Amino acid sequence: MRELGFEAGALGAWDSSLLIFLLQARDHCEAGGLRFDTGGLPDPVTRLLELARAVPDRAVVPDPAHASRVERLGAAGLSTWDAAMDAVTFTGQVTDSVIRLLLRRTRMRWREFWVVVQSNSSGALGIVTLIALLMGVIIAFLGVVVLKRFGAGYYVSYLVGYGMLREMGALMTGIIMAGRTGAAFAAELGSMKITEEIDAYTTLGVSPVDHLVMPRLLGLFVMMPLLVIYADVVGIAGGMMVAVTLLDLTSTQFIGGLLSAVTLSDALLGVFKASIFGVIIGLSGCMKGMQTGSDAGAVGRSATNAVVMGITLIILANAVVDWLAALLQI
Amino acid sequence: MTHAVPDAPAALAVPAVEVRNLTMRYDSLLIMEELSFSVARGEVFVIMGGSGSGKSTLLKHLIGLKQPAEGEIFFDGADFGGADDAARRAIMPRMGVLYQNGALWSGLTLAENVALPLTEFTALEVGAIDEVVALKLGLVGLRGFEGFYPSAISGGMRKRAALARAIALDPDVLYFDEPSSGLDPISASRLDDLILELKASFGTTIVVVTHDLESIFRIADRALFLDITTKTMTALGSPAALREDPPNEQVHRFLTRSSEGQP
Repeated sequence: MRELGFEAGALGAWDSSLLIFLLQARDHCEAGGLRFDTGGLPDPVTRLLELARAVPDRAVVPDPAHASRVERLGAAGLSTWDAAMDAVTFTGQVTDSVIRLLLRRTRMRWREFWVVVQSNSSGALGIVTLIALLMGVIIAFLGVVVLKRFGAGYYVSYLVGYGMLREMGALMTGIIMAGRTGAAFAAELGSMKITEEIDAYTTLGVSPVDHLVMPRLLGLFVMMPLLVIYADVVGIAGGMMVAVTLLDLTSTQFIGGLLSAVTLSDALLGVFKASIFGVIIGLSGCMKGMQTGSDAGAVGRSATNAVVMGITLIILANAVVDWLAALLQI
Repeated sequence: MTHAVPDAPAALAVPAVEVRNLTMRYDSLLIMEELSFSVARGEVFVIMGGSGSGKSTLLKHLIGLKQPAEGEIFFDGADFGGADDAARRAIMPRMGVLYQNGALWSGLTLAENVALPLTEFTALEVGAIDEVVALKLGLVGLRGFEGFYPSAISGGMRKRAALARAIALDPDVLYFDEPSSGLDPISASRLDDLILELKASFGTTIVVVTHDLESIFRIADRALFLDITTKTMTALGSPAALREDPPNEQVHRFLTRSSEGQP
């Protein structure tokens, strides 16, 4: 056999499957050294076959060869270094902005600030109430089970008080706000990056950090301590409910026990942590938002990264503050 | 900002924008190299080229969003491409940019969008700012839309509102990124009218990135062609002259909208 030809005189309707069949047939012919005669095919089919084989007007850039393990390690190292430098640069820009704000060289954008305050107060109360209440309940359950064995059920108020004020109030509120507000910051700023709104600030010669980051950061910095104080109160109330229900305690005894053990510095430690967590959430959310790429999935990735980074740093910061508090015997 | 008064010949000799031996890269990928041109004061200068040829990248360099890999960019005689942040920020209010999709600040009303450059860079009282805002929105045919948010108006209106914002400070140079993209023919033609009006009335220097042929022939005094195959500029001149006497096949095909010779 030397040639493959077609007789398509009786061909009625046809679609892309015919073209795919013909292209495969042509490939086989070329591989086997046969002549592929398109003479018997309808003209439109011949033209489409030619188009399908046309050389693109721009050369396809081949993917770089498979990188070796050392190269991949190096690339990963470099990208980690770049990410760290980006974080340092962004923190520097924000610090610069804070200093200019304090020196009154730039104005605070109060409207955006109040929007953030609103969304982190009334807007967040529902979820914070629920989680804080359950947290207090869980700590109290734990206390009831463990302390009752030693006949020390009375001290459950210590556990609830210390647990909520020093640790869980701030930590749980921080994690909730990282998921809620940190992700929202990243998504808002990410969308603005894609629609070139951030570029529009830059090319006007004004700092997008002043306009977009500062109000969000300060709003969260102000609201986080207040939210944590609220969460502490709700959590202790939840713990008291459990203690009063399961133990032979009155609410007066519970509160009396709590007040005799817990000091103001315990509460202030939690509030101090809350301020730090507020800065962490604001910075990671805004930074990931401002670094958003340009494709459709970029905003989602930024929001996810902001939450992961926020929660990781919150837990890390919590451990560092606890360690310092232990050193300083607070 | 006051626009240039063309009375001193010495000032006229300094181009509004000048690019010398510019090379543009994305990381290590070469986009364009050896670009040299200058934009005279008061002219409409079009940067044209096929999709992916680096037109928008060149615009990003001209408006300071990207730094040159090599070469220099001057704005009104002052170094812009290699300037530090503070120097660049001092120059930026003297130029206005109309982004492809307007890029209006979505959290602000149209009036607040136009007012923001004025509150940042002028000492005008609130009442005076309101008057300027009303004037600029009136110039683009949006008087009465002051209180609208960008999401509540059409794409064409957004672009015109963004133009009002770009001319808020009476810039020396106005940059347009694909002004006719996404617009119906009537809106696109109205935007071309506005460009010509700004040039005639204010003497504004205008740099337009586009591949819209109709627009190019209507508004451009001179045009620059970026050729993706050679990765450099291959033509510079008035569009009509380039069509009559194209320096190469790519320019001929682009300006006559022909795909001859293409597979």
